[in-house]
Amino acid sequence: MTAETVIARLREALGVEATGEDPKRPLDVRHLVVTVPVERWVEAVGFARDTLGCRYFCHLTAVDWKAEGFEVVCRVENLETHLGLTMKTRIAREAPCPSLTGLYRGALWMERECYELFGIRFEGHPDLRRLLLPEDWEGYPLRKDYAVDMPHPPYR
Amino acid sequence: MEIKPPIPVIPPPDWEEVKDLQEWVKYRQERPEGDQVSDAVAGLWDRLEHFPGGWLAVTSSSKLFNWARKSSMWPVTFGLACCAIEMMATFASRFDVERFGMVPWASPRHADLMIVSGTVTIKMAPMLKRIYDQMADPKWCISMGSCANSGGPFRHGYHVVKGVDRVVPVDVYVPGCPPTPESLMFGILKLHEKVAEFHQTGQRSAPGAPPD
Repeated sequence: MTAETVIARLREALGVEATGEDPKRPLDVRHLVVTVPVERWVEAVGFARDTLGCRYFCHLTAVDWKAEGFEVVCRVENLETHLGLTMKTRIAREAPCPSLTGLYRGALWMERECYELFGIRFEGHPDLRRLLLPEDWEGYPLRKDYAVDMPHPPYR
Repeated sequence: MEIKPPIPVIPPPDWEEVKDLQEWVKYRQERPEGDQVSDAVAGLWDRLEHFPGGWLAVTSSSKLFNWARKSSMWPVTFGLACCAIEMMATFASRFDVERFGMVPWASPRHADLMIVSGTVTIKMAPMLKRIYDQMADPKWCISMGSCANSGGPFRHGYHVVKGVDRVVPVDVYVPGCPPTPESLMFGILKLHEKVAEFHQTGQRSAPGAPPD
């Protein structure tokens, strides 16, 4: 499966345009990036899982773009054909994001971590709790507006 | 003719204006007063002071006790991060600390020394405090590495305690990232010097102070 094939199949199935990670380098099937609207987020990842065969859920995280909202990023891979697909979607700052836990079990903890670090609510997640931080933590520390150097008692 | 601007005079740094130093003074944990001299030694002091010739007896016994303390100082095995690897190398056979009488012991109840080796996260700090409180008095603490000293490279992260001296009182700071086993052994020997002066002066850290 070449990169051009994947791009064409994504275009005809979802109407989105996939690109390489770096425009200065030639297209590589291991490093493809596609941005989908949030309404088609589950559909697009489901297409990558079922049709493109990306059975391996690598990671899920988010990027804080301040006033432009959050960008939820996940990477799925097909370990047989070495297809690596980085999928992105953009949500508003306080808007929820649809959950991928119906597609991948591995998304359970990833979305819990993303929830506690960025404050993104994943709709459809069965158990959206804290994962790593202490129970009395205030705020979402990976947001850009989190005051890192502010001393919080007792030990911060 | 070109007029040169005057050379700007750079004022010497005023250390009291350094923000990190102000934070350090503000948040540093001090030893409580009763922690300076253990009760057993204080009681012995009271008993022997009124005894004829007691001064000589007390001085000798304190030296004996301090020699015993520094010769069998057991650190609690408490490794937090990559500095723990260097600490284990110090405990192992190449840099053998057992010749100083130090046995890494897996119980805080039997230990005299805690070597905080590595990054103290905010989630870990209450457990560290609890282990320190479980150790029997008299007890000492070595802060090993940049992370335990001041937060190190993670100082501006959201999750790291900016120096373990905000949690427990620290006797010796060992710099380095991570410190080599030689550095840690130098710190341990410095701590032994402090322990040798322990209850003669009644203070933990009084360099140059006359005994008694």
